[in-house]
Amino acid sequence: MPLRNINWFKYAAPQPFYGLAGKLIPWFAVGALILGVAGLYIGLLIAPTDAQQGDAYRIIFIHVPAAWMSMFIYLLVAFWAAIGLIFNARLASMLALSLAPTGALMTFIALFTGALWGKPTWGTWWVWDARLTSELILLFLYFGFLSLHASIDDPRRADRSAAVLALVGVINVPIIYFSVKWWNTLHQGATISMTKAPAMASQMLLGMLLMVGSFWLYSLATSLYRCRTLVLEREEHAAWVVEEIQ
Amino acid sequence: MSNIWKLFTAMAALIKRDLSLVLRRKNDSLATLFFFAVVASLFPLGVGPEPKLLQQIASGMLWIAALLAAMLSLNRLFADDYQDGTLDLLLLSTIPLPLAVLAKMIAHWLSSGLLLSFAAVLLALQFNLSGESVWILFLSLLLGTPIFSLVGAIGAALTLGTRGGGVLLSLLVLPLLIPVLIFGAGAVDAYQAGMPVAGHFYLLGALFVLSLFFAPLAAALSLRIAIE
Repeated sequence: MPLRNINWFKYAAPQPFYGLAGKLIPWFAVGALILGVAGLYIGLLIAPTDAQQGDAYRIIFIHVPAAWMSMFIYLLVAFWAAIGLIFNARLASMLALSLAPTGALMTFIALFTGALWGKPTWGTWWVWDARLTSELILLFLYFGFLSLHASIDDPRRADRSAAVLALVGVINVPIIYFSVKWWNTLHQGATISMTKAPAMASQMLLGMLLMVGSFWLYSLATSLYRCRTLVLEREEHAAWVVEEIQ
Repeated sequence: MSNIWKLFTAMAALIKRDLSLVLRRKNDSLATLFFFAVVASLFPLGVGPEPKLLQQIASGMLWIAALLAAMLSLNRLFADDYQDGTLDLLLLSTIPLPLAVLAKMIAHWLSSGLLLSFAAVLLALQFNLSGESVWILFLSLLLGTPIFSLVGAIGAALTLGTRGGGVLLSLLVLPLLIPVLIFGAGAVDAYQAGMPVAGHFYLLGALFVLSLFFAPLAAALSLRIAIE
């Protein structure tokens, strides 16, 4: 099939996207459930007890996936918002708007589970070190993005203004990521890196990676679901939506 | 070469216009200063008058008060011009919009941030800060308040004409200014702890240069989105 006959941007239009997303969401949801059960089984029952922290470390199977997703989803929000701003693609802006609440939830989960972890191990619920502070800033950036969007009446103008805000804030994500390297922080450094073997037991790593997959599929399922709803709202004048809603 | 000179004169004219408008309605910038003084006085009333405690938290409190005062003053950056149509003329003129916005940011800093830095020196007396500490506080504010004007203008442009007013602007801009607060207030704390302050000033300088370059571009883009 010649490459030039493929419509690469088929799913950049709301109606095909609506159909595709509708078909994919059940698979993502079921996948998230399966991976989540497998990950928690390995993490809570099979992975060995940590030498230093005992069993308190097991919250890592929620905390780390949530933290990774919080940063990754912000990058996605900024990316799709930029696409929507540059190419005037309204579906891209809708996708950015749909991803943001899930990202904010992940950030909150990361902060909350981090506090639950910190109390028994560090002795404190919170400390104002670089990583925790920058993750808190990330939560505020998500709230700012959603607030700005909600406060502007015209949807397209809201999309574009919020896109500028998301892009200005994207500098925070590398700061969070490298904060443990650049500053002396209480939060531990990177255990998993691209250049050397992970400094954790293989069952722990497996459990964590399964949970990351689960959180990823969950985020996909909820964001796509939210985006479908948004498409119906924004395109309510279109004939296919009128048919769909009936 | 003459084109660059024309740009400079155009920007100077814009700064002069904004400053003369501020001087005509001195109430706005004076209100900002008084707000700064009132908030800075609220802290000792809230945490207690113990001199040692006040000396420790002085730099942070004054920085936060300056930050909040700057947030309140940002509303009038574009709002008045938007109301009477001057902003539309500015967008239609041949001066590049980022430079026009930079001129407005400079005028805003001259009428708010600069005054806040001097006022902070006076208020630092209330907190028993030593001479050297006050000097470092003044310098850090002098470097930090332009960043408030630069980054705050992005928020002012984004929230132009929206419901939510000053609170929304503060919600958007304060997270972006947290690093400035950390390094600025931290400079005085470092000096009081006997540690070198150069690093804090280098980082403040880096943040200033970054925002000097990028903030006018972002604010100009936000203005175009908000106006059309």
